[in-house]
Amino acid sequence: MPAVRIKDHWREQRLFDQRSIICAVIMALATLGLVARLYVLQVSRHAYYSELSQGNRVRTEPIPAARGLILDRAGEVIAGNQPAYQLELVPEEVPDVDGTLASLVQLGLIRAEDVAELERTIDSSRSFDSVPIRLRMSDEDVARFAVRRFEFPGLDIRTRQTRWYPNGGLAVHALGYVGAISEQDLKHIDRATYAGTSLIGKLGIESAYESQLHGNNGFREVLVNAQGRSVERQGAFVPNLRTKPPTPGADLVLSIDLKVQRVAEAALAGHRGAVVALDPKNGDVLALVSLPGFDPTLFGRGITAGEYGTLSNDIDRPLFNRALRGTYPPGSTIKPGIALAGLTYHVVDPQAHKYCAGSFHLPGSSRMFREYHNEKHGYVDLDDAIARSCDVYFYGLADVLGVDRIATFLAPFGFGKTTGIDIGGEKSGILPSKEWKAKAFAKPADQVWFPGETVNFGIGQGYLTVTPLQLAHYASIIATRGRIWKPRLVAAYRDPHTGQMQHVPAQSEGEVSGVSAEDWDRVVHGMIGVTQRGTAAAIGAHAPYTFAGKTGTAQVFTVAQNERYNASAINERLRDHSWFIAFAPADAPRIAIAVLQENGGAGASAAAPIARKVLDAYLLTADGKVKPAT
Amino acid sequence: MIYEEVTSGSRTRRTLTGAARVLFALKIDGPLVVGLALIAAYGLVVLYSASGQNLPTVMRTGARLALGTAAMLLLAQINPNFLRRSTPWLYAGGCLLLLVVAAIGHIGMGAQRWLDLGLFRFQPSELMKLAVPMMCAWYLHERPLPPGWLSLAVLSVLIFVPVSLVVVQPDLGTAALIAIAGALVIVLAGLRLRVIAALFALGAVGAWFGWSFMHDYQRKRVLTFLNPQTDPLGAGYHIIQSQIAIGSGGVFGKGWMNGSQAQLEFLPERSTDFIFAVIGEEFGLLGLLVLLMLYVFVVSRAVYLATQTQDTFARLLAGSLALTFFVYVFINAGMVTGLLPVVGVPLPLVSYGGSSVVTLLAGFGILMALYSRRKLIGS
Repeated sequence: MPAVRIKDHWREQRLFDQRSIICAVIMALATLGLVARLYVLQVSRHAYYSELSQGNRVRTEPIPAARGLILDRAGEVIAGNQPAYQLELVPEEVPDVDGTLASLVQLGLIRAEDVAELERTIDSSRSFDSVPIRLRMSDEDVARFAVRRFEFPGLDIRTRQTRWYPNGGLAVHALGYVGAISEQDLKHIDRATYAGTSLIGKLGIESAYESQLHGNNGFREVLVNAQGRSVERQGAFVPNLRTKPPTPGADLVLSIDLKVQRVAEAALAGHRGAVVALDPKNGDVLALVSLPGFDPTLFGRGITAGEYGTLSNDIDRPLFNRALRGTYPPGSTIKPGIALAGLTYHVVDPQAHKYCAGSFHLPGSSRMFREYHNEKHGYVDLDDAIARSCDVYFYGLADVLGVDRIATFLAPFGFGKTTGIDIGGEKSGILPSKEWKAKAFAKPADQVWFPGETVNFGIGQGYLTVTPLQLAHYASIIATRGRIWKPRLVAAYRDPHTGQMQHVPAQSEGEVSGVSAEDWDRVVHGMIGVTQRGTAAAIGAHAPYTFAGKTGTAQVFTVAQNERYNASAINERLRDHSWFIAFAPADAPRIAIAVLQENGGAGASAAAPIARKVLDAYLLTADGKVKPAT
Repeated sequence: MIYEEVTSGSRTRRTLTGAARVLFALKIDGPLVVGLALIAAYGLVVLYSASGQNLPTVMRTGARLALGTAAMLLLAQINPNFLRRSTPWLYAGGCLLLLVVAAIGHIGMGAQRWLDLGLFRFQPSELMKLAVPMMCAWYLHERPLPPGWLSLAVLSVLIFVPVSLVVVQPDLGTAALIAIAGALVIVLAGLRLRVIAALFALGAVGAWFGWSFMHDYQRKRVLTFLNPQTDPLGAGYHIIQSQIAIGSGGVFGKGWMNGSQAQLEFLPERSTDFIFAVIGEEFGLLGLLVLLMLYVFVVSRAVYLATQTQDTFARLLAGSLALTFFVYVFINAGMVTGLLPVVGVPLPLVSYGGSSVVTLLAGFGILMALYSRRKLIGS
């Protein structure tokens, strides 16, 4: 190659022409290839394709897979399937969708208020997919449609499996529910895999485990005539029809024990609140209650606007999952945590007695921090302070610790972050610290942390908020002396054919480090004291097992400095929230629990009795003996 | 009688000569424009049927064709030297707009291809269909041909940058067309055949590599292309239905507005990407051959015009524009007949929708502008 190349225009023109000719030849060959392909399609195989397109059309009908069952830990069905009639519409076969829907409204088969949503769903579906427009038809509805069927091309009644919840609203806030696939859902799913599926998980386990529960739909080819009805054969053309059977979704075995769940729901019935019970050894959720609840079947059969309005406008908020999404101050249930912090940082002598005169002042401040009900505990040590829930003791301890040490110590117990339970929607609550306050408030004056706020922190009031799930998680960490397990609802998958179980391993999240075994025992001892001689002594009496607990009372309504709290005088909804956390048996815990009763008043009187019933249900046999550990 | 015909014939010839003069003054190539007009007219007739006798759809396409024609006539007037000098700016601006689209898409948390200019939506990737071959031709204009290794490296970067920006949109079809337009410039510039062979080998490796980066839906398209029967409900549905449509059309077709596949909407995307199948069903093999002949005529004329231009920039650009047009036709027809995977390339000048009509006609405007300069250089 020469060192300097000069542009040779004549040579370049020749090169270009040469290349143009090569390209022209390639294009000619490509065109010939195309024509050859057209010849194959339109001449050689014309008869075959004509048969397919003329009169006879092979249509592929999806066969929906059976949705996986949801079972409790003992195998009892919580969510199953039931066959039901439903009305389906194939958009491409309906000449006038608006008119058809209007006639169906007149027939009383669909509701006028649903028409707009149905039209949106039909518009966003593929024209050849069958869209369910009315679920769970009664026999009478079926008959009413059947006699006028000839007026409705493209519509047909199909038997399909629908979701069935034999226990109604039991555990509904863990289960969630299924509903008709909406326009919104269509954006998230692969339409081809959902062709033929009418219901999709909307909330809770039904939603979080949608992909496992759904399974894989199959298909069946059918010969249809011009009206879209399936026929056996027409003329000489018998196509080769294929079938692919569906693969049913996996059954889910929950960690929930329905017996415990039922007792918990019955004990809390008539109140607003939540119960969460965990197995501290592995994070299994034994019961998850949020009351009031609702019947998930309403959504599966298509909830009416009126029914939905009643639910969503109810002042008791039945759709609100208090167990995961309700954030409340924990009240005195935080005291064991504060005590552990004091011991671990060596700022408290557990044997030393402090005098409680019913109120606490910060040095150099006139603000008074009062004892609940203005009680005076006299001289108390750490053990007593936990058992009898002495506020003054913990006001002082919190002040000595300081907010940042408390926040750092409590963080591993799961405060201020979600527990990571295997269903969605969980709230994280707030674990306050100086850093948190500087970020949370806009005005510089509000960003400063005041010593008085640390004092309130010591008894679980103020900025600190927790969900019932977080508090149960915290109780279970104390129960195991620091082992942290991620709470989980699904313990195993079961193959619907073989019944073979595939266990989901429990997920350890490490442990709380730095706390000595001695200090754990001291605090647990104080919590056992709660149920034997302290605030919940009446509840712990005659229990055939020892159990550790802690009462809590979360203020809803701030009592002015010189007023007395009078429960009967103030509005029921401004009364304090009642908390109780517990675990049992205290020496080898098998269950940890948190109970919240909204506006229940003191923890000992409202929440603690509920917790006792749940513990008994899980630990005792029918004749009142403690079940042997498994 | 015979005498009269001859005289009237000669009058016709005179008027034609007059018309030719006007066309020449307007820098318009008569045969090319007639070919394009025939394709567009054929397209409008088919579209009326394919859209389910929807006149507004036809009108909108007519309006787009008019806009494209205006762009073509306007661009034909441009001085090629001016065009060449402004090429780097056009290219840089186009890349910038692609970045803006990517940024907006990123902020909006959703993929996006267009910029909303209020009156209409503008797709910078369409601009790049012209700007990339222009840039490649501009780069090679002053350099000795065939291009050396360094030139090839620079050209690869010039093509790769906009193509990768379009790939992430993600718009694989357009990205492929842009890359092909750029690559054709290089091939026409005389890239050595053994280099092309080596690149094909590299491409095979690249394809394997690309497979691992593809979105699931793109992989699915490739797999169902290889065997559409595996997914008759999903991705294979288009191909199966379009083959039924074409095959059932036979030699003479079922007649205009009589294709059952198209009219009963068994054929998806019947007025857009799969309109070729509607022609096959309603006008048969003959209808498709007529259409293909029109395309071949337009491409041949365009290649001829390219060979007549007299500087490197004009030659390479014109050649690339002509060949890209053929690639469009071939990819669309190939995908509808099941020879190629479904990549979402419209049938040029016939498919409904998209700003590609305007881009295509603008490209032909540029081609005519380049051709019109030949005499000035010659004299």
